[in-house]
Amino acid sequence: MENEKNHIIPYRTFLYVLALLIVLTLTSVTLTQISLGAFTVAAALIIAGIKSTFVLAIFMHLKFENKMFSRAVVGVILLLAAVITITLLDYLNR
Amino acid sequence: MAAETHRDDLASKTGMWLFLFTEMLFFAGLFVVYSVYRFRNPEAFHLAAKELSVPIGTINTIILLISSTTIAMSITALQKKNKKFALLLIGITIFLGIAFLVNKYFEWGEHIKEHIYPGSPVLALRGQGDVLFYGLYFFMTGLHALHIIIGLVFIGFIAAKIVKNKIDSESFVLLENSGLYWHLVDLIWIFLFPLFYLIT
Repeated sequence: MENEKNHIIPYRTFLYVLALLIVLTLTSVTLTQISLGAFTVAAALIIAGIKSTFVLAIFMHLKFENKMFSRAVVGVILLLAAVITITLLDYLNR
Repeated sequence: MAAETHRDDLASKTGMWLFLFTEMLFFAGLFVVYSVYRFRNPEAFHLAAKELSVPIGTINTIILLISSTTIAMSITALQKKNKKFALLLIGITIFLGIAFLVNKYFEWGEHIKEHIYPGSPVLALRGQGDVLFYGLYFFMTGLHALHIIIGLVFIGFIAAKIVKNKIDSESFVLLENSGLYWHLVDLIWIFLFPLFYLIT
């Protein structure tokens, strides 16, 4: 059986990603403190989206795994986006 | 005893991911509830969100990000046959998880001292919007904290298996799966934090 291709991710990759995630967190805190109006929500969610992408790709190894996993994750995210959009469209247009 | 054991790491990981998908759908449902109630009570949600402490939220976010990094690094350490370093990194992860819970305890304690908790008569006087905001706040952060506790127990079991050499550089899919669970808990917090603390 072919278990584990033994792809070893170097420690420093994780440390770079951590540094980036902390910078993004602080950026989102700063951005939301200065009021950008309606843009605040969008900015906070876009930054959260970028952070999630790094967590999924590097920490959760999706970048190095069997493509099946990343495709499934994209599928689930699209499903969530569809459910959220349709529900909100309904509420926003009542 | 049979010397050869059957293993299928890909299947094991697939099972874990399928479970994580159900978790994502579960929390996404709650995020939809939050969005709809926020849309219907913009003013109350705006004022209530201002009462949450951004510094504590930020510190907890960074604590979780570091703990995610250390659990991810522990896999590298184990692959490099550096068992002691792997256990140290797992220990740091567990320590940070507990630190997160301690912060949460004090944060909740402050709210409860001000009579803000689900079902509180003082909160009810502030109106429906506040009741909804804090109801969702306590439910969602509480559910997230429960996931932290489960994650800590899961990771604790894995650490014990590493000590006993049941998980090693040849067979570590369980460590990877516990890491995946921990990262999911981190992912959920990445969205909880801006939605409750930052967007006011």
